[in-house]
This record gives sequence, structure tokens and C-alpha cells, in this order.
Amino acid sequence: MSSKFSKLLRVSALSLGVLALALAGSPARAWEPTKTVEFIVPAGTGGGADQMARFIQAVVQKHNLMKEPLVVINKSGGAGAEGFLDVQGAKGDPHKLIITLSNLFTTPMATGVPFNWKNLTPVSMMALDEFVLWVNADTPYKTVQEYTDAAKKAGPGKFKMGGTGSKQEDQIVTVALEKATGAKFTYVPFKGGGAVATQLVGKHVDSSVNNPIEAVAQWRAGKLRPICVFDDARLPYKDKVTADMAWGDIPTCKEQGVNMSYVMLRGIFMPGGVPAEAVNYYVDLLAKVRATPEWADFMKTGAFNQTALTGEAYRKWVADAEVLHHELMKEAGFLAK
Amino acid sequence: MEEISSLMHGFGVALTLFNLGLMFVGIVLGVIIGVLPGLGGANGVAILLPLTFTMPPTSAIIMLSCIYWGALFGGAITSILFNIPGEPWSVATTFDGFPLAQKGRAGAALTAAFTSSFVGALVAVIMITFLSPVIANFALEFGPPEFFAVYLLTFCAFVGMSKGQALKTIASMMVGFGLAAVGIDTVTGQVRLTFGFTSLLQGFDFLIAVIGLFGIGEILLTLEEGLAFKGKSAKLNVKVVLETWRELPRYWLTSLRSSVVGCFMGIVPGGATPASFMSYGVAKRFSKDGERFGTGQVEGVVAPETAAHAAGTSALLPMLTLGVPGSPTAAVLLGGLLIWGLQPGPLLFQEQKEFVWGLIASMYLGNIAGLVVVLTCVPLFAAILRVPFSIIAPIIIVVCAIGAYTVHNNMLDVYMMMVFGAAGYLMRKLNYPLAPLVLALVLGDAAESSFRQAMLISAGDVSVFFSNWLVGGMTGLALLLLFWPTITVLLKRLRGG
Repeated sequence: MSSKFSKLLRVSALSLGVLALALAGSPARAWEPTKTVEFIVPAGTGGGADQMARFIQAVVQKHNLMKEPLVVINKSGGAGAEGFLDVQGAKGDPHKLIITLSNLFTTPMATGVPFNWKNLTPVSMMALDEFVLWVNADTPYKTVQEYTDAAKKAGPGKFKMGGTGSKQEDQIVTVALEKATGAKFTYVPFKGGGAVATQLVGKHVDSSVNNPIEAVAQWRAGKLRPICVFDDARLPYKDKVTADMAWGDIPTCKEQGVNMSYVMLRGIFMPGGVPAEAVNYYVDLLAKVRATPEWADFMKTGAFNQTALTGEAYRKWVADAEVLHHELMKEAGFLAK
Repeated sequence: MEEISSLMHGFGVALTLFNLGLMFVGIVLGVIIGVLPGLGGANGVAILLPLTFTMPPTSAIIMLSCIYWGALFGGAITSILFNIPGEPWSVATTFDGFPLAQKGRAGAALTAAFTSSFVGALVAVIMITFLSPVIANFALEFGPPEFFAVYLLTFCAFVGMSKGQALKTIASMMVGFGLAAVGIDTVTGQVRLTFGFTSLLQGFDFLIAVIGLFGIGEILLTLEEGLAFKGKSAKLNVKVVLETWRELPRYWLTSLRSSVVGCFMGIVPGGATPASFMSYGVAKRFSKDGERFGTGQVEGVVAPETAAHAAGTSALLPMLTLGVPGSPTAAVLLGGLLIWGLQPGPLLFQEQKEFVWGLIASMYLGNIAGLVVVLTCVPLFAAILRVPFSIIAPIIIVVCAIGAYTVHNNMLDVYMMMVFGAAGYLMRKLNYPLAPLVLALVLGDAAESSFRQAMLISAGDVSVFFSNWLVGGMTGLALLLLFWPTITVLLKRLRGG
């Protein structure tokens, strides 16, 4: 009896020791959220950033990747300034994440809102969103050359480019396209990407620079035609989207002689001044999210550029992107005075 | 009829025990969400969206759309009982619903509101069932000038109707436009009227203004009249439902007109809120009892509720066929579709027959379930009025504060709500109408954007508002409605002379 008991004791002591070793051996487990984590979206419900955030939330929940709940909160006021100011003000809070789009740079530059990404902690780039030049399928244009030549011939401002928001990514792409080709468009800002695609189908505007996911349904229905993608390389997706074309069949604008490219960051940040273990925890968590089959499907549907960076590489990418945006916004005259 | 067989198949999909259970859960959650001001259908659906990713898409959309129907039903409850619109589209319901409740006819008002919601939804679903391919393409005709004409029509339908105090109406509306302009301007991306306060960047939210102006303002007014320690009498009888039903067929013309207005505004998509205002304005203009609107007419409840529900329902059509959300809730559902791997667009009806017809069948079933749920609760809701004001008022204030906070998760909004409450009290004391302010605040921004988009497209040429039959017709109709009082006076004189 007593020997049995001492054996039991020894076994449990041993297992405790193993457990302690295991705990010490995995430093990534050293920090874990102790309460609900807020996931801020600096944009409205239903947009691209919102979709990605809610998708991440769903994957985390489905695969039980986190013990505490992750809650998505939209703070879209002031072109996203509301969300950024909230996270900037939560210095040292490891229970807050924010997903960004290009308004990370454009909103403070265009409005002068006292915010800079350097006050946040970069966690992980999840993907890059693409921009495609679209025209109505009833028009004869097949290449960017043909289209911009027609625009030049019609005269400055005669062709209308529809886009989401003002002094944000869509208008930046438009200005860069104008600069590269010499054509001049009238930029008409709308509230959302879906509305822009519909306006193009209804021929109220002549072209758009919608993200793939915003226009794909109308492309498949034969209402819109993609002209070129504003990235350095073609999209890697070979599955047919329409009867005879895949995302990968759309040429880059560079191939067609228009020397410009633009992609939009879909990345995750935390407030400044958070412990390194917390950052590592989220880097690890988001890597697990990206490894799920659901994520692969999501990337394919939205034709995302699947570049994902963390740590110093990510920080450098964001810093370069900020310089690029400053240049583009300055040339376009969009900087707040 | 191919549609009938597809629909029957859809009923087959929707009528499983699991789906019916989800439908019931959705409706009940939706009614609760609709009752709480601030926590709108869009927030409710967004919060529950991740829960549905493990379900089959058809079951998921059935549950989420039932939350949406529930919120549409529920919005009317607090409008009628306490003059606090639970949802933006039930603001117009307060105009006659609250006076009815004050007269002790809360049960009748609630029954009328729920029944007409159901009628509006039914008309919209029937239209979606049989006419969706034709109608979906109609929305493509709408560019910026057409959208501006729609908003102009809403304003004109509503403005011409206020009596006497023309200047006060205009003043109130201009304050609304002013408030709507605060924040970031869509067309130029410039910050406007924030006076350097970053907290003003987000502008004035319509919901917070409404909660304050109506809810808090009402409570301040009642307080002034003295704390009544007795509740209002309210019949606690299911008979009230049957009595009201006997009265309702009289308003068939208003129902029909409001359904048309609602379906039109849903498809365009203009939204349920302008639809309810427009419908109320039109009903007031053309009803025999138009003069007595605002004093507690059942017809004044029927008009906005029918239109709001018809618009809310038909707003799902442009979402499914074009990927353009007709309401904030539809925008969240749209995100859900994409995550479930369904692509809204012209091909959805062909490629995802089971999903689409299952959803359409669930619209019939969900609305019937919703009607049954809310109607059986009418006596219960009406009974709330029996609770003494001194008990219910603090509860209302707390719920309002929570609602205001929920809109942006921001404490500033709660203070803003109180300021709006004081403003609402003062305006009512000085006889300034609140409705024009609210209307301008909810539509001002969209109307301004579409006007300026139209000006960008036409290079500043105003004739774009008469450039084709559609936009010209709407602009013409708007001007006709605006000058209707003048025209009728002229006509009378001509006949008299």
C-alpha cells in the first residue's frame, strides 16, 4: 500500500517535472491573452478589411487557436482615423490588434490627423491586395494603350474613373496611371467598391481600378473586362475564373508598357510599447491562421498577392511604403496643408 | 412556371427542423436587437457572422436574414411605446405610433405596425420571386444623377407636408444638413467643420442624434409635466389584434402605395429609412385623413412600416444580383456570402440555385414566423406602458446610453446623446419640428455626395438631372410634390374664379 503510494508520488513528481520542462522549453507559450482581445477595423462593415478581420476571427474560433475570445470592432470614422487614434492611444495594451489598409498612410497625410504607424508595433503582413484596371465589356478596349489613347483623344477629363473614397488608394492609382500615360481622367469617388463596379456596368463611369474581389462577379457574368493588373508580376492563380480566363491570364500593366505598380497592405499592428512576448504570440497565432486550408481558399477567391512578412522585414516594407505614399500623395497634391 | 417549382424546391431546402429552429432563434434575437436603440441589425449580424462559418451557407443565411427581419419588426416597438426609434427606419413610425400609444391604443398601433411590415415584406418577396431578373438590371440605370433625384424626391415628398411654420421647418432641416456635413467629405477627402477636434472626425451619427432628440427629449418633456406614478392604461387582450385587423383593410390603397415606394427604394438601392419617410409624406399628402396625420392615425403607422419592410426586403435583391448592398445589414451579409465561398453577382441565381431559392423560401417562412412571434407578444409589449413612468424612465435612459455607446464604442457619443436630448427638448418647447432635422441628417451626406458626383460627371451642367426619362421623371415628380400646396391653391382659385 505504502509502496504503491510512494510510486504514485514519484510518478506524479516526475510528470510534474516533465511538465515544467515542457513549459520552460516553449517560450512562445510564455505569454497568452488573459482577457478578450479587441480586433479594430478602421473601416466600415462589409469592406475588404472588415471581411478579412472577420474571416481571421472565424478561423481562430473554428480551429480553437486562442483561449480568450477575439472580437472585431469597426471604428471607421474619419476615413479610419477613429480606429488608428484608438490603438495609438492604447500604448502598452497587448489585448488590442488593428488590421490596416492603405489609409494607414493616406488618412494622416490627407487630413493631418496626428497619427503615425511608427507609434504602433507591426505584427504581421497577412497579404497584399491587388488593383486591376477594368472597363465595361461593351467597349472595344483590350489593352491599357488602347484605352489611354482613347482617353487622350477624347480630351482631358472626358473619361471618368470611378473609385472608392477620395485621396485614398483608388485615386492614388488613378493619378499614377495618369502620370505614366499622359491621359487625364475625371475621378469620381463613391462610398464602396461594389457600388463602383455597378456604376461601371451601368456605364455611368468609363473605368475603375477595383480590387479583384470587388469586380470578379461582374467579370464572370461578362459585364466587365480586366485590362491589366497594377503589380510587378502576374497573379499566380491558374484556375479558370471565366470560361476562358484565369486571374493569371491578366497581363501586368508593366508588360503593356505602363511603368507603374501599386499594391495595398493588409497587415496587422498592435499598440506601441507592448512586450515582445506578446508580439511573438500574435505572430505565431497569425502564422497558424495562414496555414489553414480556409485561408488558402480565401486568398484564391480574392486573388490576393500572398506575400506575408513579419519582424524587421515587415517594418522595413511599411517604412518603404510610407515613403512611396508620401511621394505619390505629394505629386498628386493630396497632402494636408 | 419555372419560378414556382424552384420556390417549392426552396421550401424543401428551408423546411428542415434545423433550419426552422435557426429561423426562430434569428427572429427572436432580431426583435431584441431591433428593440435596443443603437444595436442595429448590422451590428447584430456582424457579431453573429463568425458563428455561422461552421454551418452550411443556406442555414447560415437563413439565420442571419431572420435576425434582419426580426430587427425590422422590432424597430417599431420602442417607437410606438416611448417615442424612441429602435432603428433608423422606424423614426417615421413615431409620428403617429406614439400619439396612438398616448391615447391608450398602443396595442392597435403595434398590431398595425407588425401587420403592415409583414404585408410590405410579402409584396417584396413575391416581387423577388417572379421579377428578379428584370428588376435587378433596373438598378444598373442608377448613376449619381438618378440617386440625387431619388433623395430629392424623398425631401420634397416630406417637406411640402408641414403646415404653417415653414421657416421653422427650413431652419430645422438646415441644422440637419449642417450636422450631416461634419467629418470627412467623401468627394474631396477634406476634413470639414471639426474645428480641430479629432473626435469630431467621425461626424454626427444619425442614431445618436435620434436617440437623444427623441428618447431623452421625450423623457425631459414628461418630467416637466410632473412625475406620474401611475402607468398608462393599456388593454391586455389579444382581441385588440383582431379589432385592428378589421380596421386595416380600409387602408389598402396606402398599403399598396407604400409597398411600391418601398420596393422601388429597396431595389435602387436607396434604403429603408428614406423609403419610410417618403411613404409617410406621400400618404399624408394623398390620404383623406391627411390633415390629422401626426395626431395618432393608424394609417400613419401603416405607411412607413409597410415601406420600410418592403425596402428592407427588396434591398437583398441588389445585394444578391449585383453585389451592391442596399442597407448596412445587407453589407455585412454580403461579406458573409464571400466568406462562405459564394459570389454574389449576376450568376448567383444560376450557379447556386439551392442557396438562392432556399433563401427566398426562408423570406416567406421567416416573415410568417416573425409575424406570429411579435403579434402574440403585442399585449406583453403594450403592458410595459402600465409600468409607472418613475420606474421605466431611468431604465430607458440607461438603455439609451448603452445604445449610444454601442454605435462606435465611444463614450463621447453618450455625452453627445445628452446634448441632443437637451436640444430636442428645447426644439419641442419652441415648436421646431424634429423630423426635418433627422431627415436631413440621415440623407444629407448621401444627397450631397450624389449631387457632386453628378456635377463631376456632367462637368457642372445641371441639365443632367433631366437628361433621360428616368431622372427627368423623378426630378419632375419631386418638384411637383414640393409645389403641390401652391398648385392646389391655384387650382382651387381657377375653379372658384
